[in-house]
Amino acid sequence: MEAAHEKTKEKHKLNTAPKKKLSKILIESIIVLFTIAIFLVPFYFIMINSFKTSQEAAELSLAWPSEFQIVENFTTVFQAQNNMLVTAFMNSTIITVSSIVLLMVFASMAAFILQRRSGKMVSIIAAIFLAGLMIPPAVVPTIWVLESLHLFRTLPGIILVMTAISIPFSMILYMGFIATIPKDIDEAAIIDGCNSWTLFFKIIFPLLKPIHATVIILNAVQIFNDFVHPLYFFPGAENATVQLTLYNFMSVYSTSWNLLFANVLLITIPPFILFLIFSKKIVAGMTAGAVKG
Amino acid sequence: MLTKKSGVYSLTLLLPAAAIYGILFIYPTLMSFFFSFTRWNLTEWTWIGFDNFRMFFEERALMIGFRNTFIFAFVTAGLKVVIGLLLAVLLTSQLRTKDFVRSAVFFPTLVSTIAVGIAFSVLMHPSQGLINQTLALVGINGPDWLGNPSYALLSVALVDVWKGVGIATVIFIAGMMSIPKDYYEAIQIDGGNKMDAFKHITLPLSRPATNAVIILALIGGLRTFDLVWAMTGGGPGFSSDLIASIIYKQYQAGFYGLSTAGNVILFLLVAIVVFPLYRLITRKEVDL
Repeated sequence: MEAAHEKTKEKHKLNTAPKKKLSKILIESIIVLFTIAIFLVPFYFIMINSFKTSQEAAELSLAWPSEFQIVENFTTVFQAQNNMLVTAFMNSTIITVSSIVLLMVFASMAAFILQRRSGKMVSIIAAIFLAGLMIPPAVVPTIWVLESLHLFRTLPGIILVMTAISIPFSMILYMGFIATIPKDIDEAAIIDGCNSWTLFFKIIFPLLKPIHATVIILNAVQIFNDFVHPLYFFPGAENATVQLTLYNFMSVYSTSWNLLFANVLLITIPPFILFLIFSKKIVAGMTAGAVKG
Repeated sequence: MLTKKSGVYSLTLLLPAAAIYGILFIYPTLMSFFFSFTRWNLTEWTWIGFDNFRMFFEERALMIGFRNTFIFAFVTAGLKVVIGLLLAVLLTSQLRTKDFVRSAVFFPTLVSTIAVGIAFSVLMHPSQGLINQTLALVGINGPDWLGNPSYALLSVALVDVWKGVGIATVIFIAGMMSIPKDYYEAIQIDGGNKMDAFKHITLPLSRPATNAVIILALIGGLRTFDLVWAMTGGGPGFSSDLIASIIYKQYQAGFYGLSTAGNVILFLLVAIVVFPLYRLITRKEVDL
């Protein structure tokens, strides 16, 4: 396919000398080599060392392992500290999925109202929501609020916090998309006897499918990879999340790099799968958010 | 009085999001202004006026964090703009492997910061690390990236750029794709070369993308915590501490009032740096 493409290009540019073509290939190879060296070697390094014995991994080299210890390394990592990683994967999944469900419903509802209505009050409310894109969350006061609601160190607590801090970005995405849905649809539905709630949930919400996908993917990566908020609002060994296990294992495994890297590899797999399936959507969502934000 | 029209869009639909966001984000943010003036243990507080803030700016260790936060944010933002722009030019050219290069550059943005931090603290090991061993091959004696107080902060900044430049790149690419092809044809007819095209077309018309990248990078840079924490813990000494890592350290030490004062300072810093910039930039865009 590439070759055919190249041929048509050649036909258009008959004056392209073979020398120029050669230098083009050379430049291109250099670019690819640099990309591999800078962006991919670190991942290869993690992977190959997670397959080694701890003595070999201690050399911190890119060399091929003389002996593969894959199954043993990964079972050790899973079983460490009373299956902490299993608990962590469960907790992270629960937090990620629940926050996303809340975000999809609540952020889209709010975005619909803020996009459709106008007036000073509405624009002030919208500004307060969007300010959340900039403002760093106030750490100790948030813990104080969570404690008074008896939600500190609980799954519902961290889920609600993750939802709160992710609302602004999700709302921007929803508002941008809802702006493209004609208001005639609303009017037709009202004539058919809908009120605000039935209009939104019966008519608008299903139309949001494409942007739901973007919201799900971007938030999944964000929330699954988050370290800071679970560190503050969901502390304690029994409350592990995947990013925290990594951090805890850093001290425990300071002599067994193979195990630490196995852990790194394991928690990188979920975002990697998302990347493989949805890379186009992720890029589109991130640029859309950026340009509007 | 609600008009018939706005009655269709009942504000009750706003309530759930407003409740969660209001109680767990806005209310704590507002209360942080109050608690930053207190000595506080979550149940009882004593008003101590500006003591926490005075402490923040008099204590050398805390002042370093304040300065570092500025350096970190501006260095990372600057590098992301320059490198992202160059990569985007490369990836909108006739490169045949651009899909591969773009994916490789973008992938690190999806990997957890802690994982990246751990990987690079190993790669940056002064003697055994892959980076210094590679440099040694070409005769360069690599520094102790994370152990030397004068380099630690910049090393972390470089890793932050490595991880985040993918977003900058795709934003620039999106901007460049929207530039009409005729402009480039016109400059070719006028006898301009590729450099002219870059200087007179690509660069000025990438202005909105540049603005987005700068603002995003500054907001992210000023708030950075996890990467520093995973790579240096703020050390050696306090040489790579940032405001966000100080907030965590003071929280751990039980100085909740001081920690909250750090939060307020960070809030004001973001507001002072980003908000005017945002206004300035959006005004300039209209002029274009």
